[in-house]
Amino acid sequence: MGVMKRVTMVFRAKANKALDRMEDPRETLDYSYQTQLELLQKVRRGVADVATSRKRVELQLNQLQQNADKLDRQARDSLAAGREDLAREALTRKAGVQTQMDDLQGQYASLQSEEEKLTQASQRLQSKVDAFRTRKETIKATYTAAEAQTRINEAFTGISEEMGDVGMAIQRAEDKTAAMKARAGAIDELMASGALDDMVSGPHDDIQAELDRMGAGHGVDRELEQMKAEIAQKAPRQIEGAQPGTSDGAAQPASTASAADPAQAGEPE
Amino acid sequence: MIVRILGEGQLELPESAAEELNRLDTALESAVERNDEAAFRPALAALVAKVRQVGSPAHADDLRPSELIIPQQDASMDEVRKLLSDGGLIPG
Repeated sequence: MGVMKRVTMVFRAKANKALDRMEDPRETLDYSYQTQLELLQKVRRGVADVATSRKRVELQLNQLQQNADKLDRQARDSLAAGREDLAREALTRKAGVQTQMDDLQGQYASLQSEEEKLTQASQRLQSKVDAFRTRKETIKATYTAAEAQTRINEAFTGISEEMGDVGMAIQRAEDKTAAMKARAGAIDELMASGALDDMVSGPHDDIQAELDRMGAGHGVDRELEQMKAEIAQKAPRQIEGAQPGTSDGAAQPASTASAADPAQAGEPE
Repeated sequence: MIVRILGEGQLELPESAAEELNRLDTALESAVERNDEAAFRPALAALVAKVRQVGSPAHADDLRPSELIIPQQDASMDEVRKLLSDGGLIPG
């Protein structure tokens, strides 16, 4: 018989069953209208729910992006300081963060499309519900119960189909957001436990520690040079042979950022 | 005639499209019956594409029921099967 006709029959059967339960067909209209309004509320809640999930993923993406940026900076600083081993470690961790981000980006796109679909479904249902309300009042005012039956059946079957479709759309969206909430929750837990965070600023952040130590070392050197220069200026005659020129270059580590030669990577940890 | 793509709404199609739709639908049904995922995906995509191609969106306030209803393009074979079995996917 074909997929299309079978699906259509399933929808029709559902509507007919609901119609059969009603004793006064005109009561059907009011009852159905109430159900439609409830479903509209449900769709709007669904849209809000998907939006919340999407924003949460967005927040996590931002956090991970910051981690990736920081690791990138650390890699550059390490290379500039001639520590290719540290740079390699930072870039490896950055790749790990990137993998998480790629996964989240896919989820984000999926949530966005789900939100879009539900928003449109909500608008479609709203139009049908408005049309149904008008039709309902016309039927009640114009026809006797017996006459109204055919017209009620058609309007009811039409709106029931829309409601069935929208109901399934909500169900799909709920299933998707539930799955994503679980994954987002897992990432939040990872971040809270420090497993992701540690890559950058946790207790295991040896890259930053090493860079800080080197940075502090340079700072001390720089201050020493500055002090020497100041003293030399104030009392040039008392300190004979002071060489103020040596402060140049000591403050900045040699720039070797472009010299990332994998052949030199054999350095032990 | 009015055709609904689930999740997308109703479209108005010329009656002349029915023959082509039936042909595409038969291919879809046989893919589902053979549990042939490789054939299912393009068959469903072709059916949905055809409806979109020859149809134009029905009026939003049209309360007429659809003559034909087709699953959404990203529906899984499992979803389609459930839809066919007893309307298990339709809530309410």
